Amino acid sequence: MSGSYDVLIVGVGGQGTILASNILGEACLLEGKSVRGAETHGMAQRGGSVETHIRIDGKYGPLISPGTADLIISFDLLEALRYSHFLKDGGTIISNTETIIPTSAFQYDAEVPEAEDISRQLAGRDVLTVDAAALALEAGTILAQNVVMLGAASRHIPLTVESLKEAVRRCVPPKTVDTNLKAFDLGRAALE
Amino acid sequence: MVTRYMLGNEVIAHACCEANIDFASGYPGTPSSEVIDILRTQNDRDFYVEWSVNEKVALENALAAAWTGIRSLATMKHVGLNVAADPLMTSAYTGITGGLVILSADDPFAHSSQNEQDSRRYALFARIPCLDPASVREARTMMIEAFALSEEFGLPVLFRPTTRICHSKSDVEPGEVGTDHRTGHFERNPQQYVVIPAHTRVLHKKLNEKLGPLARALVAKGLNTAEVKGSTGIIAGGIAASYVQELLPDGVSFAKIGAYPVDLEWLGGFVAQHEKILVVEELSPVIEEAVRMVATSTIVNGKMDGYIAYEGELDPASVATAMGKAGFVPTEVFPEVTAVPDIPRRPPLLCAGCGHRSVFYAMKRVFKDGIFPSDIGCYTLGIQLGVVDTTICMGASITVGSGIAQSGEERDVVCTIGDSTFLHTGIQGLLNAVYNGANMTVVILDNRITAMTGHQPNPNTGMTARGVESPPVSLEAICRSCGAAYVEKVNSYDLTQCLEAMKAAKARRGVKVIIAYQPCVINARRAGIRRKPFTVDTDACTGCKACVRFGCPAIEFHDEKASINTLCSGCSVCAQICPTGAIRMEGKK
Repeated sequence: MSGSYDVLIVGVGGQGTILASNILGEACLLEGKSVRGAETHGMAQRGGSVETHIRIDGKYGPLISPGTADLIISFDLLEALRYSHFLKDGGTIISNTETIIPTSAFQYDAEVPEAEDISRQLAGRDVLTVDAAALALEAGTILAQNVVMLGAASRHIPLTVESLKEAVRRCVPPKTVDTNLKAFDLGRAALE
Repeated sequence: MVTRYMLGNEVIAHACCEANIDFASGYPGTPSSEVIDILRTQNDRDFYVEWSVNEKVALENALAAAWTGIRSLATMKHVGLNVAADPLMTSAYTGITGGLVILSADDPFAHSSQNEQDSRRYALFARIPCLDPASVREARTMMIEAFALSEEFGLPVLFRPTTRICHSKSDVEPGEVGTDHRTGHFERNPQQYVVIPAHTRVLHKKLNEKLGPLARALVAKGLNTAEVKGSTGIIAGGIAASYVQELLPDGVSFAKIGAYPVDLEWLGGFVAQHEKILVVEELSPVIEEAVRMVATSTIVNGKMDGYIAYEGELDPASVATAMGKAGFVPTEVFPEVTAVPDIPRRPPLLCAGCGHRSVFYAMKRVFKDGIFPSDIGCYTLGIQLGVVDTTICMGASITVGSGIAQSGEERDVVCTIGDSTFLHTGIQGLLNAVYNGANMTVVILDNRITAMTGHQPNPNTGMTARGVESPPVSLEAICRSCGAAYVEKVNSYDLTQCLEAMKAAKARRGVKVIIAYQPCVINARRAGIRRKPFTVDTDACTGCKACVRFGCPAIEFHDEKASINTLCSGCSVCAQICPTGAIRMEGKK
């Protein structure tokens, strides 16, 4: 067994998955844990579906195979469904309650599953949802949704809340540290 | 040094600085672009760095710099190496004096590429060494080794990371940035640098004489390693070696190939000690071919007998499957899972407010049954809008367009190409089309930057890689000097202007050029340009969906009415499209 704790962060290009992965990576460094990550660049940044792999205590390759992720953090409910087959038995999905409807769905009148449909399809999985937009706004900026989601997931991630918060401090723009720390706390409190 | 969580490309760039690099050139291409992007913005070490207009130019520049005795780097993606193949093949003959490393990043699974070719083939073809890191950490040590190896053998070294190295992150302990600087000095030596046939024949022989000692040195330096532990074994290279190491059961031998050419005597010695060998590698069966060449009675499994797919990329689960099939018991069991079916796709799109979208819209309106060859860049995403009929490689939209136009095809041919791509290899196509009398329209989608790969400047940007101002090239003047009689510059956001220019082009014969100009919307925002967003007057909206079909991510449709979300950048084009005037600038009636 590799012994790593494998986290898949998914969302829509532009939502800040890479920053979230940097925060987890930085927290690993603070605790002296090895870490491997793989992220989506290029094409998929233009509003496409994106995935970032982080293997905490990972020592080999950066990729998480389907059916083996310990935790999926999704910034979008539809993306949680799209990547749900990556989750291992007994793993947890922590997802934003909202979905950005794909533009192509408006163009071609495609059916987009409602939140209830998605919940039905995810039945049997351990799924927790967070209204990231509302909490990010409460913290001070809609842009902090990614940090809200990390805060919400923090009880599952095998890293201390102190190192996660210190990692937030180190990774976000200096002017936004307070807002982001508040976003983290609100997210963490939401899944108490 | 402290441990840092670093991107593979960042580590590679840092390693170049540790290795005392004095010259770097490249052309952007995912997944290679960040290497030059990081080098051009780093301050710990002073050296020359440029974004070249294409890969051939980048390599020839770096090659010449290495001829003067300094350490140089040329970067590109695998398909860019095709463009640089001409100098590459001869660079092995001339050799170098300062270290020359050619970074060519491969993209298994074609995450953002037009094919899945294997750069290792080019190294073998050119007969130069190739280093293939298995991890981000190894990418650092190998890049430093690559410069030393290049100088030791007087050969360019190909450095071949894959997407999962370039765009992976790892905890890494980077070393100190080097302080040694060399100044170039060109020693005249026509026997080495002038490849007339008489010299070439000698150089070719010299090159071939280097290969045996080189292959043996790669083993001696520990770049190719093997450990015998039982009667069966696995041989792997690149990132696949990491996947195998994670799953390797006790009692199974393992050989890791990190560098080419592989010493066949050494490889044969390892293979002969085993009854069965599984070869695990991404893309081409380069290692497997060598293993099969030396295997006498050993059973060899790999791509060539269907144990591993030729296409796509590997991951731990697929490696475990191949191991299982070949009779190995991987240390981890992977469940068989399937993705949830029928989820609406979420493909990447042109940004809200991207100037390309309105040009595509105008094209489609005027050239209804036109044929639309396109090229490599953001605008390839125009396929979502039905205006991209062909994409082959950089610069091929004009040449494909003229080929179709000259074939007797009677419909209008309208091709699209970005400013960076036009300067990369588009100019020759335009020159050729005009010279040979093609009948077609060329639309240059001019956003003043190389946007898709992360906004690298090009000669049209007015800035060098280091951020120094430089006079922007005149695309109009280039097109006119290529002989195009009709060259019209339009504002991409001005739909009327775009439509008029398209109509005028349609009415003329010959090669017509429309330069549709609007700065990349992401860059414009970064530069502080703010336009007022637009909004839909729901009373006036009839729900006709004309704006929705425009495909802008800022436009939504709920309860039979259009609406505009926060992504709106205020380009105003949807307001120009709306037949009922329901879309207005916010705050205006």
